[in-house]
Amino acid sequence: MTETARQRPEFRNINAISDLPNYRLPAAGWVSILHRVSGALMFLLMPFIIWMFDASITSEISFAKFAAAFNVGLGFIPGWFMKLVALAIIWAYLHHFIAGIRHLYMDSFHAVTKEFGKSSAVVTLVLSLGLTVVLAAKLFGLY
Amino acid sequence: MSVNHGSKRITTGAHYGLRDWLAQRITAALMAAFTVLVLVQFIFTSGPVGYEEWAGIFATQWMKFLTFVTILSLLYHAWIGIRDIWMDYIKPLGLRLFLHVASLVWLIGCAGWAVQALWRL
Repeated sequence: MTETARQRPEFRNINAISDLPNYRLPAAGWVSILHRVSGALMFLLMPFIIWMFDASITSEISFAKFAAAFNVGLGFIPGWFMKLVALAIIWAYLHHFIAGIRHLYMDSFHAVTKEFGKSSAVVTLVLSLGLTVVLAAKLFGLY
Repeated sequence: MSVNHGSKRITTGAHYGLRDWLAQRITAALMAAFTVLVLVQFIFTSGPVGYEEWAGIFATQWMKFLTFVTILSLLYHAWIGIRDIWMDYIKPLGLRLFLHVASLVWLIGCAGWAVQALWRL
């Protein structure tokens, strides 16, 4: 091995707490990491999602319990907190869905220019966050 | 031609990730189509959506068929995604194996629960 090859720099000293918050990601970078975060979030909350599915379709009684969980709460958990969790799932689904469509589009049309990467990333963020705000207003009864 | 099987099998290189890559996209497309299908039925229901209307969306045999396909797609899709996360960040082999097994148990259990709720309807 030559001297230059051995001295190739390797960066394995990234500190998650002190370094990551200072990273300035481009829009596509945000879409990418949030795609992963939203996927992991839905993976962790999957039992709650299936509980909602189960309770909402099984019977009139379970449906009423499902609705009450968000209006009056579930056990010691208040209703507004249940709504916040549901909102987190709504955001995660919207982001994952739209970023996924972006992936499929790029794969299908080989749209891999730098400009398209940026503009489509901005569209993804604006759409997912915008729709989340709209649905949040609906969820908390603003309209 | 070098030996490429048994203990000499090359576990990296061309095509090795193609199947997962393709499966990730096909399952994604199936789930996206299902999402639109449910949304359309939800939006075009006349009047407020109560239990009857909501459960009615999933009650027909063809919707059960498609919902089942979606649950299995989700299982496979989430497995590939979560496995990639562990492979990226978790380097100790024993811990990674444990997390892989835990993820599989979690996902298969969740899929079973979802299928049970669906076919009871």
